[in-house]
Amino acid sequence: MLRSGADLPVDSLQGQEGNDLTDLSQYLPILLFLGIALILSAAFVFLPMGVSRLTGTHNPTVNKLTEYECGFPAFEDSRSQFDVRFYLVAILFIIFDLEAAFLFPWAVSLNEIGWTGWVTMMIFLFELIVGFAYAWKLGALDWE
Amino acid sequence: MTEFFQSLGMTYEWAWFVATISGILIIVLPLLLSVAMIVYADRKIWAAINLRRGPNVVGPFGLLQSFADGLKVFLQETIIPSAANKGLFLIAPIITFTVALAAWAVIPFSETAVLSNINVGLLYILAISSLGVYGVVISGWASNSKYPFFSSMRAAAQMISYEVSIGFTLITVVLMAGTFNLSDIIMAQKGHIGGIVNAYGLNPLLFPMAVVFLISAMAETARHPFDLTEAESELVAGYQTEYSSMSFALFWLGEYANILLMCALNAILFWGGWLPPIDWAPLYAVPGIIWLLLKIFVFFFIFSWVMATVPRYRYDQLMRLGWKIFLPLSLAWVVIVSGYVMIRDNGWPL
Repeated sequence: MLRSGADLPVDSLQGQEGNDLTDLSQYLPILLFLGIALILSAAFVFLPMGVSRLTGTHNPTVNKLTEYECGFPAFEDSRSQFDVRFYLVAILFIIFDLEAAFLFPWAVSLNEIGWTGWVTMMIFLFELIVGFAYAWKLGALDWE
Repeated sequence: MTEFFQSLGMTYEWAWFVATISGILIIVLPLLLSVAMIVYADRKIWAAINLRRGPNVVGPFGLLQSFADGLKVFLQETIIPSAANKGLFLIAPIITFTVALAAWAVIPFSETAVLSNINVGLLYILAISSLGVYGVVISGWASNSKYPFFSSMRAAAQMISYEVSIGFTLITVVLMAGTFNLSDIIMAQKGHIGGIVNAYGLNPLLFPMAVVFLISAMAETARHPFDLTEAESELVAGYQTEYSSMSFALFWLGEYANILLMCALNAILFWGGWLPPIDWAPLYAVPGIIWLLLKIFVFFFIFSWVMATVPRYRYDQLMRLGWKIFLPLSLAWVVIVSGYVMIRDNGWPL
């Protein structure tokens, strides 16, 4: 019913001559979808702002526009400090997400690359696990 | 559908365009409706477990409650705090909601009903759901207020932590199916267990990953018991504290759309998607979309059930579960499943 564009066979990713890897027409519906989603959510944000001006509920006052802080003015800048562990988690995430990015193409082409490819990836994973164990031992994963 | 519009006398390009736009609307509008109904279902299930009635005043059995709430927030004033970065403050809910909708573009609803059957569907979903963290971080930063800021730091760390184990879990499914295409992943599950059961989840090799994925999905959508981002007793309403009117509603609409997406992914990746649970001809008489919706609802019921019964995690427990249990477990499972797939397809190496 909704299917559009030509169906790419999965093996077209695996580099035969004249494949349609560059055929981006399948992604056009996604782009249109993104556009419609964007229009819809922008309408949801901006329409009520217009409506409230028409109905008269739009009535900002100084106290209404202050930030939430238990009823008295903020003591300090809210963006001053945060725990460095959040930053550490972000760095660890980059390492492991990159690793996953390497694993994805490996996972679909496992039958092409055979045992050589499998063993190579296991060596790569082993090196990462050594790094992970080191981070664990250093306490980078602890939240105490 | 393109053929239908062509028969009305349009050129192929226009017919394709109109067909695609109608396809998108056929996905988006029922999705918005089901988000409204699933909020109601959530409140009803939660109430039933607590021996309360839940919403029962607006419309028959309270069915119209979500629409009344929607109308109410629509007519409210949009308050933009004077200290906030106004542009970013308004962009954040737009990003959250757009991203929550956009992931549905590649979900196969039945054998033929899929808007864009791209061959890297799973990667697309992973990429789009990673973008969800921007809405949260931007809203926390732009609010320029203490509680939203703390909440967005927590949310960002939590979402990326569980994304890692979700990534590895998806790799085990990709290894098993040998493809990223969601329709092909579903077809690979046909008769997977003894030619009878259409599900990866009941395969003893993948069952632990199905459980890890379900729990990670709850953490990724900041759902109970992992809803530390909006822990009322500590952070008021989390990153949504400064929001009002429809901008506020967009966050929870996006949240529920994401929960539905995660339920759909659970159903598609591990429990056979639009295939009937058992590979038995009469069951195929039921349209595939009915099976998919049933499975989605079962997972949503589990989400609600957990929300009503399990107490909230502490932040250190949450991080310990993500980094010290799920990550090593799913990493080990990638090794095990890939070894199994190699032996199954290529035989022993020696």
